[in-house]
Amino acid sequence: MDDLKLVVSPSPHIRDNDTTEKAMFAVLVALLPVIAASIYFFGLDAVRLVLLSAAAAIATEAIFQRLRKQPIRVGDGSALVTGVLLALIVPPSLPSWMMILGAVFAVAIGKMIFGGLGQNPFNPALIGRAILAVSFVTAMTASWVPPVDTFTSATPLMLGEGAVSIPDLFFGSVAGSLGETSALAILLGGIYLFYRGYLDYRVPVGIFGAVVVMALATGQSPVFHLLSGSVMFGAIFMATDPVTSPITKMGRWIFGVGIGLIIMLIRTWGSHTEGVVYAILLMNAATPLINRWTRPRIYGQGVKMSE
Amino acid sequence: MRRVGSFFGGIYPKSAKASTAGTPIQLLGAPETLVVPLLQHSGVEAKPVVAKGDEVLKGQLLAEAGDALSAPVHSPVSGKVVAIEPRAHQSGHSITAIVIENDGNDTWVERKGHPDPVQLDSKTILDRIREAGIVGMGGEGYPTAEKLNPPKGITPDYLIINGCECDPYSTCDLRVMIEYAEDVILGAKLMAKASGARKVVIALGNNTPEAYAAIKAKAGSIEVVTLPARYPNGGERQVIQSVTGKEVPSGGLPHQVGALVVNVATARAVALALRDGEPLISRVVTITGQPLSQPGNYLIPIGTPLEHVVQTISGFGQEVSKVVVGGAMIGGAQFDLQTPVTKTATCVIAFAPGENTTPDAMPCIRCARCVDVCPANLLPLKLEAFGLNERFDDAREFGALDCIECGACEYICPSKRPLLQYIRFAKMEIVARDKISS
Repeated sequence: MDDLKLVVSPSPHIRDNDTTEKAMFAVLVALLPVIAASIYFFGLDAVRLVLLSAAAAIATEAIFQRLRKQPIRVGDGSALVTGVLLALIVPPSLPSWMMILGAVFAVAIGKMIFGGLGQNPFNPALIGRAILAVSFVTAMTASWVPPVDTFTSATPLMLGEGAVSIPDLFFGSVAGSLGETSALAILLGGIYLFYRGYLDYRVPVGIFGAVVVMALATGQSPVFHLLSGSVMFGAIFMATDPVTSPITKMGRWIFGVGIGLIIMLIRTWGSHTEGVVYAILLMNAATPLINRWTRPRIYGQGVKMSE
Repeated sequence: MRRVGSFFGGIYPKSAKASTAGTPIQLLGAPETLVVPLLQHSGVEAKPVVAKGDEVLKGQLLAEAGDALSAPVHSPVSGKVVAIEPRAHQSGHSITAIVIENDGNDTWVERKGHPDPVQLDSKTILDRIREAGIVGMGGEGYPTAEKLNPPKGITPDYLIINGCECDPYSTCDLRVMIEYAEDVILGAKLMAKASGARKVVIALGNNTPEAYAAIKAKAGSIEVVTLPARYPNGGERQVIQSVTGKEVPSGGLPHQVGALVVNVATARAVALALRDGEPLISRVVTITGQPLSQPGNYLIPIGTPLEHVVQTISGFGQEVSKVVVGGAMIGGAQFDLQTPVTKTATCVIAFAPGENTTPDAMPCIRCARCVDVCPANLLPLKLEAFGLNERFDDAREFGALDCIECGACEYICPSKRPLLQYIRFAKMEIVARDKISS
């Protein structure tokens, strides 16, 4: 036993099995029903956009890390997730070069210039979406294809409530962004993430609650507002991004409710038909403040001593 | 069973108790040479009252308390003092120890027991506890007599006997409760009398029905409650929060909210000291881990080097990469097996290679799981960043000094970040700077 060589390290000596890679992989698994639905409704365009966006996002991150002489960490899956998420929130008819450009911007401007994984204040995929929206207005807002056939159409939000049936909205056979039309597929992914412990219910519940209350208060259909546009996808896959959402439980409630309120403000009184992207980005910006306001009371602080 | 409250945060580490929870306590014979450290408690080193070359008897005083938070140390065997010199200690430091050559006769000093010690007055009980060198055996090492004797004018509302044992590997308290329930109850009664506590509560995890049954059978009118079985339910501040609903003030001590918490093994040591006149010279230790051929719970004389313990229980069956004393969550990794068993050594864990490799840290993705599990309601990810960037004023402002160092944050982190290491660093710097400026 004299030649025993022992590792000496500080406690704790055991660790949970979960890893960041597993969390990223779980998001991809949760996106499978959404990707399947997008392929079902929009055919090969879905495959084209998802693959291009994912490849461009990974390549951008690798090039950035190479240029900055950092270890190449694209294997952590976060660039892949950003790429796939971005593809699912653009119109199915988006030209390939625009898709690539969007993914490059999402990762480069949305994430890497801030220092990479964990450092970005805004959701990278939404940054990509916002840049595409202001750069290519027609391609991003006026060329909606209805599922399966190829005539240009309008989205349910543009048509207004009552123009499409609620079951169509729920199952997804309406015009819209690639992965956002089928509420059913998105909910399946959300349930999976919640079950695996990767999704804090406070954020989506806060968003849905605020949307419903605002719809009722302004005399609109809450179900229509929940199921149309990007609310479902944004609430479950975008607003719950841990990096850009608050770290406290109370903060997550405020964050969710704030997003829901801004969505309805934009939809009801704003000049855009949809407001999910900007609602989430605005609340991303408010996240450091929310964290500061909602610091939990530390054990034993503010407690009176008995004697 | 009274329903009790809960505490903030907590984790559910995979339990590794199964291999030892069912093994009865076995006596482990003393080695030829014992190394008795003078620091097995929270205060300063004890002061030796014997010299090299002295013959000593089993239970004889070797060193007396150095200050109020120190405790006397006694000889675990009869024999001869062969050295008083710095030796390897479970803390990783070199600490003065009295080295005793065992004569193998186990000749006791005269023991002052009492057939019914509850009859003794509270001052006598406190004195005997102090003289017996009893300290918190759950790992803290705070002198028990000092704890039971809060400042004048304070009568504690609660004396809580803590049998929660939340470490995922440790089962020594569990076996003590099952096999020595009567001693634990006697110790509880004695300490209730000594402290004047209005109410005694025995608290244990709700995952140890066998211990609950054993304790309940002997408890009489003493209340026995079960707490949620999540780590760190046995933390002093967490036990108090769960049982009394009160929080120990930041920077304060439990008696300030009228509560005292004493570990079950300590309660048994109190019973042995008062009834049988035996000072604290041995303890039950869980020896466990995959590489060991015979994991189990052993009653081991204090001062027995770990090497002797391992050899006596037929050694390692496979390669060992790490040996930890004091539990998987808060214990200290050992440089070698020369370190002796002390009063605070609850559990010795041997890890096989690959069992606990630390993967490279990834960037923090702010998932805030560390926030969810922190029993002190801190924001560990912020504290880590403050430590890393040497922003010690911010670390203080965010409650670094309220961290109990349970390790739950680092355990749960999916990015495998060394959260606790940086929080400890910040705490040390804050304390050091306060010392300089005062």
